[in-house]
Amino acid sequence: MNCNEEVVELMHQYLDGDLASNDEEKLRSHLNSCEDCQQHFRELKQTVALVTANIDLQPSQDFTMKVMNGLPKETKRTTVKRWVRVHPLLTAAAIFFIFMSSSLLTTWNQDHALTYPKGMNLVVENDTVIVPEGIIIHEDLEVKNGNVRVDGAVEGDVIIINGEHLTASAGSVTGEIKQVDEVFSWLWYKIKEMTAEVFDVFDE
Amino acid sequence: MIEEKIVKSIKLVKKGDQSAFEEIVEHFQGKVFAICFRMVGNKHEAEDIAQEAFIRAYINIQSYDENRKFATWLYRIATNLAIDRMRKKKPDYYLDAEIQGGEGLTLYSQIPDDNRLPEDEVESLETQSYIQKEIMALPAKYRSIIALRFIDELSLKEISEILEIPVGTVKTRIHRGREALRKKLRNV
Ligand SMILES: [Zn+2]
Repeated sequence: MNCNEEVVELMHQYLDGDLASNDEEKLRSHLNSCEDCQQHFRELKQTVALVTANIDLQPSQDFTMKVMNGLPKETKRTTVKRWVRVHPLLTAAAIFFIFMSSSLLTTWNQDHALTYPKGMNLVVENDTVIVPEGIIIHEDLEVKNGNVRVDGAVEGDVIIINGEHLTASAGSVTGEIKQVDEVFSWLWYKIKEMTAEVFDVFDE
Repeated sequence: MIEEKIVKSIKLVKKGDQSAFEEIVEHFQGKVFAICFRMVGNKHEAEDIAQEAFIRAYINIQSYDENRKFATWLYRIATNLAIDRMRKKKPDYYLDAEIQGGEGLTLYSQIPDDNRLPEDEVESLETQSYIQKEIMALPAKYRSIIALRFIDELSLKEISEILEIPVGTVKTRIHRGREALRKKLRNV
């Protein structure tokens, strides 16, 4: 075997970790019989060890800080969005307290009158709002301080605040029926709705 | 596991969480810095390039494909920056020089015998700066390969992807670089 080229090539393949096993045998037996190649091989391995050796190559202490300071500033939107994502409960609580102190609560307290959307051909009997047979409401129906009876159809949700859904009828509701009785659950309902809107805005 | 944590941080950064990038910097800074240092041979400059590499990685994070190894992607940014930097400093003929196989190693000076370093000081700073000096004597394209191969022990295939050169070329350059260094370092 030619010491200068063929064997040295095998040594490098060995160091690269891709020496075929029959070649490895060839290399081994040659090294056993050839001083020069043994020496060469030792030197190569030492070189690899020296270059690989755990060098004290560490960047300075403030490396990370410098990188972080060098990053482009986050936009306000991303900051808020992330904050909301990371702290959904705090966000909900914050919104809750804003509502607590706001006029919403006052509105609730002052407002015991039956409220329902006008201009939808709804019929009112005592404190019950009726969707008459043959009438189709194409949106959500929100009724406050009264009951709801659907004889016709509602394609959206039915939201009843401080009232009941009277189910004895044959009408249909495509969406959900949400009954909100307590002031706090009403608030929570409003907040959830708000929060959903907030997320919608951020996700757009 | 640390790898999973990194994957998670990368996802967060992609979603716009800048603070999650800190963990990534902490984790990779040592390797990125060492690779840059091997290539440019100067601590201050290596740090500068490594920082720039992280900032570019952050800015371009959306183009990182999560099915691939993050380190490979990051090292590619770093080595490209280091190569650019070297190009600005040195004429091209030097950067693109080939080490001839065999004995044609005219780029290197002989080491006088009295300049030998004691064998048990492999870890010493002196030895390290001597090794780095010899690495710096190699043409740039050998340095980048030696940096990648010996700092993170990347496979030949990974190196070929990072530097966008064929595996065969990587192999030849590692062999030649190793031979060149052997001649310089055998007396260390
Ligand atoms: Zn031999």
